Amino acid sequence: MEKLKYALFTGCTAKESTPEQMMSTLAVAEKLGIELVELTEASCCGASHLQDYDDFLSLVLNARNIAYAEKHGLTMVTICNTCQLNTAMTKHRLDHNAELKAKVNAKLAEVGLEYKGTSQITHFLYAIIDDFGLDKIKEMVVKPLSQFNIAPFYGCHNIRPSELQNETHKSPENPYRPTSLDDLIIACGGLNVDYEEKNKCCGFHAELQAPRTAAVLTGNAVAGAMDANADWMVTPCPLCHLKLDTQTHHASVAIGRDVSLPVLHMQQMVGLALGCTPAELGLNHHVTKVDFV
Amino acid sequence: MDTLKTQQVTFKVFRFNEETDYLPYYNTYTLDVTHEEVVLDILNRIKWEHDGSLSYRRSCRHGICGVCAIKVSGKAVLACKTRLFDMIDVFGNELVIEPLSTKRAFKDLVVDKKDFWDKHAQIKPYLEAPIDEHPVTENLVSPHDAEKLLEADYCIQCGACHYSCPSVEINELYIGPAAFAAAYRFAADVRDDASVERLHIVNEEAQGVWDCVKCMECAQVCPKEVNPIEKITKLHNMVFEANIAKNNVATRHAVGFAHSIEKHGLLDEGELVRYSEGNIGVLKHVPVALKMFAKGKIVLPWNMPKADKLDEIKKLVKSSSTVKF
Repeated sequence: MEKLKYALFTGCTAKESTPEQMMSTLAVAEKLGIELVELTEASCCGASHLQDYDDFLSLVLNARNIAYAEKHGLTMVTICNTCQLNTAMTKHRLDHNAELKAKVNAKLAEVGLEYKGTSQITHFLYAIIDDFGLDKIKEMVVKPLSQFNIAPFYGCHNIRPSELQNETHKSPENPYRPTSLDDLIIACGGLNVDYEEKNKCCGFHAELQAPRTAAVLTGNAVAGAMDANADWMVTPCPLCHLKLDTQTHHASVAIGRDVSLPVLHMQQMVGLALGCTPAELGLNHHVTKVDFV
Repeated sequence: MDTLKTQQVTFKVFRFNEETDYLPYYNTYTLDVTHEEVVLDILNRIKWEHDGSLSYRRSCRHGICGVCAIKVSGKAVLACKTRLFDMIDVFGNELVIEPLSTKRAFKDLVVDKKDFWDKHAQIKPYLEAPIDEHPVTENLVSPHDAEKLLEADYCIQCGACHYSCPSVEINELYIGPAAFAAAYRFAADVRDDASVERLHIVNEEAQGVWDCVKCMECAQVCPKEVNPIEKITKLHNMVFEANIAKNNVATRHAVGFAHSIEKHGLLDEGELVRYSEGNIGVLKHVPVALKMFAKGKIVLPWNMPKADKLDEIKKLVKSSSTVKF
């Protein structure tokens, strides 16, 4: 198989509040022989909030990020569900609206860039499932996670809306029965647990504006995983991770029940199965202690 | 000629009669269904052939009145336009049939939509304009202006998005995606004179657009592809454009991204929380911040990373910004 190579859009959290996500992404990519060219010029995607304030500015900045991936001639790979949504949505809007694309390109021309629409955008989860292949991952597992019941938590922006999924991925998820994370857990030798909240919202994007709503959603998600006898949760989204890992006190108060589970990034789970060390994967950076390794 | 394909399906149907039951229960029916049948056909067959007491709403049978909206295995659908075989493809051969909201059901699949209609009324879902009682011409809207509605007028008020919205479920004040789509529909109408008044309603904390959790479920579930979250985003934009955005945690949270990107290229997460909450409000986040700091999850201001080619980003922020706060 030809070596896989992507333009890595890290997003902001991997540089700040989830350093372990960056560490584990690089560790897993190395194990799998995937080359990642970091887009160091990339800006924040706006995380679905800049869009509320200034939609056009958000489009221009996201188009600029994609333009840099295009300069490398590579598919852009994201490691955050919200970065994935905002970037893929920008691409969708520009590719389907010539007038808007021209307006955005007029701005990009001021800094010598052009958005052409030639680079695809995918999340690292789908890159390793669709492009690398679950069967190959299965073959590479040296430490199967067979002792663990693992609760997948998909995160909204990787599975909805289907319109973008259908455009972006070889095997689009059905948002009501997503399978990618479950399949990945099984490929890593773990036991995937099913629970109602696995495809629900964690509340991250309303945490400051609507703290009670956000806390109830977080609490419900962790409680659902606990009730399904999960040993830990796994998510491809660093924003879901932050909410589920760091906000359990507020969540417990909101739903009137103590909830807490270790929450691993998808890359950390794969890394453990591939034999990376806990230090390489940054497991010491979690607020809810990861005490099983 | 098409061969009739058949599958055996078990339906677990929500039952509750508020006049006689304390708690809901589920009845199970196993039926052979054909590839031509929609969910409503099955409800009819259960009622007509198995249990005449089953209650549900149905009317137009063509996906335009919206009254037959129910949930199938958690997904809100119009019973009259949803093919059973499509549901079986997703959920398998055991399907759970429930009302849009189990807590608002008063007879089986029939829900009390009072909250939905009250919230709909709250946003003034009608055109407000001076009426000439003796017009000499029609009040025409150009195709260009009609496009601005973004098909928000396609909403049939079935309630699928409303009763799938997590914020509606948790926060009883939250107006909800269907009513917001209607608010946009009239706010974007060039003939309407009440746009700003309507924007003030959706701009209120707790009830307004700022409490949207951005889960995209309303867009996913809408049977008419109205895409309510697109309209919610438009309402956010219109609040800023109309210069009526209040200086509060919600608006500062959105505006803070622009400041941060201009300064660093990236989002300064810690500063965003301080900027959004204010110097006093931010104190409530200190306990979590300390735990994160202990785990190396807080970047101190002097270590804040910056994007390469920051000058380029600054230039674009300056030249591409379309609103001020």
